[in-house]
Amino acid sequence: MNLYTFLQNLINGLSLGSLYALIAIGYTMVYGILRLINFAHGDVFMMAVYFAFFLVTLGKVPWLISFVIAILAAALLGFTIDRVAYKPIRNAPRVSALITAIGVSFFLESFAVVVFSGIPRSFRNIYPKFLNNMLILGGHEEVKYGRNVIVGGLRIPIVSFVILIVTAIALVILWWIIYKTKIGMAMRAVSVDIPTTSLMGVNVDGVIGFTFALGSALAAIGGLLWATRYPQLWPYMGFMPGLKAFIAAVFGGIGSIQGAVVGGFLLGLTEIMLVGFFPKMAGYRDAFAFLILILILSVKPEGLLGKRSVVKV
Amino acid sequence: MRAMNEILKLDHVTMQFGGLTAVNDFNNHVREGEILGLIGPNGAGKTTVFNVVTGVYYPTKGKVLFNGLDITSLKPHHITHVGISRTFQNIRLFQDMTVLDNVMVAQHHEIATKDAEKYLVKIGKSKYGANSTWFWRSVFKLGYLRREKEMKDKALNILEKLGLRKLAAEKASSLPYGEQRLLEIARALATDAKLLLLDEPAAGMNPSESQQLVQLIKWIRDEFKVTIFIIEHDMKVVMGLCERILVMDYGVLIAEGTPDEIQENKKVIEAYLGEEWSHVAE
Amino acid sequence: MPMKLSNRTNFILTVALVFFVWLLLFFINGHMNTYMIRIVSLIGIYGVMAVSLTLINGITGIFSLGHSGFIALGAYTSALLTMSIHQKEVTFILDKVAWPFNSVQLPFLPATIIGGIVAAVFSFLIGWPSLRLSGDYLAIATLGFSEIIRILALNLRSITNGALGLKSIPQYTNVWWSWTWLLITVLFVGSLVNSSFGRALKAIREDRVAAASMGINIFKHQLLSFVIGGFFAGISGSLYAHWLTTIDPRTTSIGVMLTFNVLIMIVIGGLGSISGAIIGAGLFAILTEWLRFLEEPMKIFSFEFSGIAGLRMLVFSAMFVMVMIFWPRGIMGRKELTWNTLYSKLRRGSGESNE
Repeated sequence: MNLYTFLQNLINGLSLGSLYALIAIGYTMVYGILRLINFAHGDVFMMAVYFAFFLVTLGKVPWLISFVIAILAAALLGFTIDRVAYKPIRNAPRVSALITAIGVSFFLESFAVVVFSGIPRSFRNIYPKFLNNMLILGGHEEVKYGRNVIVGGLRIPIVSFVILIVTAIALVILWWIIYKTKIGMAMRAVSVDIPTTSLMGVNVDGVIGFTFALGSALAAIGGLLWATRYPQLWPYMGFMPGLKAFIAAVFGGIGSIQGAVVGGFLLGLTEIMLVGFFPKMAGYRDAFAFLILILILSVKPEGLLGKRSVVKV
Repeated sequence: MRAMNEILKLDHVTMQFGGLTAVNDFNNHVREGEILGLIGPNGAGKTTVFNVVTGVYYPTKGKVLFNGLDITSLKPHHITHVGISRTFQNIRLFQDMTVLDNVMVAQHHEIATKDAEKYLVKIGKSKYGANSTWFWRSVFKLGYLRREKEMKDKALNILEKLGLRKLAAEKASSLPYGEQRLLEIARALATDAKLLLLDEPAAGMNPSESQQLVQLIKWIRDEFKVTIFIIEHDMKVVMGLCERILVMDYGVLIAEGTPDEIQENKKVIEAYLGEEWSHVAE
Repeated sequence: MPMKLSNRTNFILTVALVFFVWLLLFFINGHMNTYMIRIVSLIGIYGVMAVSLTLINGITGIFSLGHSGFIALGAYTSALLTMSIHQKEVTFILDKVAWPFNSVQLPFLPATIIGGIVAAVFSFLIGWPSLRLSGDYLAIATLGFSEIIRILALNLRSITNGALGLKSIPQYTNVWWSWTWLLITVLFVGSLVNSSFGRALKAIREDRVAAASMGINIFKHQLLSFVIGGFFAGISGSLYAHWLTTIDPRTTSIGVMLTFNVLIMIVIGGLGSISGAIIGAGLFAILTEWLRFLEEPMKIFSFEFSGIAGLRMLVFSAMFVMVMIFWPRGIMGRKELTWNTLYSKLRRGSGESNE
């Protein structure tokens, strides 16, 4: 592996990592408040992409506006899921909540199969073509097959840069919401202690709903960027990225937003580097993420930036 | 002198959580056959002492000895095998199981836990020959039903003695509060413990109930030939029950003595600042 | 106070029930069409899956989401053992089939048992690290392991034939095989649950700290439950493979979706009840077949609707979420359908009618 391919893998890894990070934030925020793994989070990601797809193809809405509407729709969907499925069982055992989350995920996937059909669709014609062009740096020209081609050098799809920039902007906005606004303060308070916060007169259900909406919006941004990078749509597209983002959240320390970001970037990077260094292992890419998860959980279950809790007896 | 045997010894035990020292250099012992009280204001580190003894926490410093055997590093289930059992401050029954099953669970380790053998042999307590064949024998019911009946009889006997027999078929969660506390004691006794750690058994009881409890605990000590180490907030219970009392404050052992000595002790009165103390001392 | 039946009466009634069920199976096998016979076999297979998962999730309270991994292990192992050597040579196009499968062909029964043992060995290896975790971490870790098994199945081409999967597996599973295995599973798991070990497993589910203070080695007992559950999951996998006659690692048929399906069965039946698990399995098999009409073309007020694929699962998942919200204890809760409960119900019923 030369310097060029290393740099190329680095940037691809960072862009994949930022997608994981965007999705992982939703998991970590919900887990931080409700101690619930929201299995349906990956499916909100999928729904957002389908929304945008149909707005552009059927609704003939310009792509940028469709994307914004899809993000808002995903936020509404996240909020609705909490209200309909999770709020009624807030005080039930945690296992019931987890099973319900699995059920909601299953429901959204079946819904997508029925309404959007299970046949994979292409996202290619939805967004401007230039995003998939390669940025080529360095390398040298050679004549091959009677044409001039650039061999070697650094090849990075433009969308990788776009992903990094959009993620950066989204993270700044998130930081602003959580640390500079009143609702952000309420979110932080709820994640520490729900009963006390509700005694302070904070509308806890409202805050939880907002958290779901915010997390879902970030997942939608992640999803739309994901579909631009890997432009194939199908009802189960959210499952694997969702699981991996959850792994990233655990990796970084579940409940911690900084942890989710760090975990996302680390997971994306290691995954791309693994395939870069050992191309034969490409088929095991998904298994690798789970191995990381199991390793982390057995060695440092609180994750990189999480806090260790002492068992109370 | 038999009565002076130290059944449990805490040898300079210190327990720290991060920067917080919950128990600081606790150095004392429990004598065989006595009823020893551990008192102190909330957050003094009393339950932490129990948690260190029962293997929930591994102490930062110091050793725990049971009948001279170093049990510091044993896991909670091993602690039960060697003969220490406990109740919990916030009741921890198997809520969805019957009263009878709650007590029968306590005898399971006698047939199921091979690795307890070496400790059991060491203290001469092994009798059922716990080994892995019991698993197959219980599934295929080979000589198991006889064993099951023995367990059931023993459990019913204990329930009878504590006056819970008529409730044997009820769900543990359906019991009134006081009886749930009693069931926790029954369950602890069923493990064949020699040392019983009771964590605030009178909490939530009214004065007449707690007076009955005092009599009951004394009776249990004599009937089951156990030693009792008790944490309690109710001073009437402590003074009426304990032969010796240890007082903790901020993780430190500040006093030791008979109930009379403790009531006179200046340090103790200061530690309590008269709150619960004043009305007992009158 | 409800009257209790003697052990002897209980035993006789149980034998009579088994005898009656077998007569019924005999009738179904002789007089029903192939389609019905297949559904009845499927109920038995689902029953084994559900009872094995309920031992892990419902009785012991380990929230495992790795069941499909053990089912897949049993399915692959047994199928590779029962397929003829010639058939395997034809099927494996990408790579040659590895030893020992290239030279062995076994009858169905030993192949199934070996499938169960392989699944049990893996559940031991997976349980060892996973059971040190608790709650939802454990759920994700076991889910991860089952995905790793599926990914290995996609990649280890000389053993699993990779993404092409296995085809032309002999169709050995019939009502006798599946219901005999269901009977064995229920007797084994039921006997375990009704012993001191079962009490210990339930105690762990109720309160881990208290269970440890009762002298129960939590890790060992959880591992025991996990391995037994894994063994029977492997058995069910073998039955399933020889019922489907194909295994496709790409589709969701042996992936996480299968785990979710089994989870639906045991939740609807009542998490923690063996009889509930069987009822749930039966309901699931019958409802999924019955709801097939939703996906067929239909005519409403002379409007023709073409069939909609996936509508079944949509209805099912919606029902599942509703059950969780409005009826979280399912049909049986943690209770078992026993002769005693039936008897006391009957007595109460007749007592009321006498008044």
